[in-house]
Amino acid sequence: MKLLVCISKAPDTTSRISFTDGDKRFDESDVQFIVNPYDEWYALVRAVELVEAHGGSVTTIIVGDSTCDPIVRKALAIGATDAVRIDASPTDSSQVARLISNYALDKSYDIIFTGKETIDHNSSAVPAMIAECMDLPYVAFATSIEVEGQVSTLHCESGGGTNNVSVTGAFVLSASKGMAEQRIPNMRGIMSARTKPLAVVAPSEVTPTTEVSKFTLPPAKGDCVMVDADNAADLVRLLREEAKII
Amino acid sequence: MSVLVYIQTLEGKATKAGLEVASFANKMNAGDVTALVAGSLSGDGELGSVGVSKVLHFSESATDNSQLSKLTHAAANSVNASTILFSGNIEGSSVAPRVAIAMNSGYVAGVTCLPEGKGFTRNVYSGKATALVNVNSEVCVISITPNSFGIKLDECESAVESFSAEIGSQRVVINGFTPTSTDGSVPLPEAERVVSAGRGLKGPENWGIVEDLASALGATTACSRPVGDMGWRPHHEHVGQTGVTIRPDLYIACGISGAIQHLAGVNQSKVIVVINTDPEAPFFKAADYGIVGDVFDVLPKITEAIKEL
Repeated sequence: MKLLVCISKAPDTTSRISFTDGDKRFDESDVQFIVNPYDEWYALVRAVELVEAHGGSVTTIIVGDSTCDPIVRKALAIGATDAVRIDASPTDSSQVARLISNYALDKSYDIIFTGKETIDHNSSAVPAMIAECMDLPYVAFATSIEVEGQVSTLHCESGGGTNNVSVTGAFVLSASKGMAEQRIPNMRGIMSARTKPLAVVAPSEVTPTTEVSKFTLPPAKGDCVMVDADNAADLVRLLREEAKII
Repeated sequence: MSVLVYIQTLEGKATKAGLEVASFANKMNAGDVTALVAGSLSGDGELGSVGVSKVLHFSESATDNSQLSKLTHAAANSVNASTILFSGNIEGSSVAPRVAIAMNSGYVAGVTCLPEGKGFTRNVYSGKATALVNVNSEVCVISITPNSFGIKLDECESAVESFSAEIGSQRVVINGFTPTSTDGSVPLPEAERVVSAGRGLKGPENWGIVEDLASALGATTACSRPVGDMGWRPHHEHVGQTGVTIRPDLYIACGISGAIQHLAGVNQSKVIVVINTDPEAPFFKAADYGIVGDVFDVLPKITEAIKEL
């Protein structure tokens, strides 16, 4: 099987978030970047497992400049066969989705994987957009996938429960918790990742449809009001009279 | 100019998320509000109560997000909509981006408040910042973060019309559905009150005191990542980064230290209460109310006090 896994560069969860350029751009200085956890832990690892079981290849694709390369090498170390980087600095999700779709359209991938969202923009938009651009079915928030021939059977999160679904032929999925366990790359993986192919391709022409005019940090949180454990019932009074929440 | 809202229904009535999105549309003051309903509908589905003047009802089966996207696109054209709104729940965020691509329109996901001019505000960086996003296209597609705006009643007459469109074939076959809860509690992403517990509970057999408090409050139960990973609680209860992101009015965290990955999933809660034996637990820095104490001693007291209200 021929699998494509979309990955994204995201600031490490513990990063201090700040902005530059008149609060129009994320300040990348001194920030440690990681493979977006949903893309790595769930989408990529499950794709690698499927290819280990059934044969085939896993290609990772990322849209970004050369600062993404260490992230791409990490994905190769986890077990991807090869990697593609579309050399662009996208500003919105439709741009990312159109660039990936334009690249993938004539490559006949069997399944296109993404994480359920990125931890920076949190939109969950790219997988559905790729599916629309390529006129493919889309299974959102998948928690498991098994493939047999042309038919894939998945569990996916749905309002208040889990759906069991099946799809025949090519489709797009976004991966959620449960899909796979995190994999730590071993030394052999890290060494072989250095020589695996990373193709840098020029972007097709795509214009964004939205722009961020300003980022704002939330106001500082007020002090925590401490309630004595011996008088725990007082919490209920505060929640009713002060916070007016119950 | 008009606004189209995509509404999910349950047993013929708009869901809570649906009423919230319709309320948002009404308060935008951007023209008449039309609701699109695919599936069961009785009367106006209670949509007149939140200012929806017209309901378009598609009565055939449509389950794939590609079908629902085509349907929404057709409805948006028929009412000449300049804004198309969805709930930011799983179904909304699988259909809305498809509509945006199909209509070559800008998409803003997870909007939390009414727009200022052309700009929509949304949370980014797991709640650690907000972004004001401008849409550069004539039509904009928006999804609303569940439980961020609330339901705002505004009674009006609502006309129901049947609506039909070519939506293509079903390609994702649904073989079955397993509900996560059988006790009728609200799903976590939409819950107004959440009681969550971590390793401080010492073992799955001790969850009774958490469930008692949740039931007294009408809250949904949740857990931290280690608790989900150890199998003490089902995975779907895991809130935090890599689990479910929630935005309740009240979040009570019991025996959870408050690692940054946990905070990323809960820091948009309106009021946070933390109960922990360790006064140095980082969670107290993010809390509105805190109790340093043993959950086995404190939780039953709180439950008792709530029952007396």
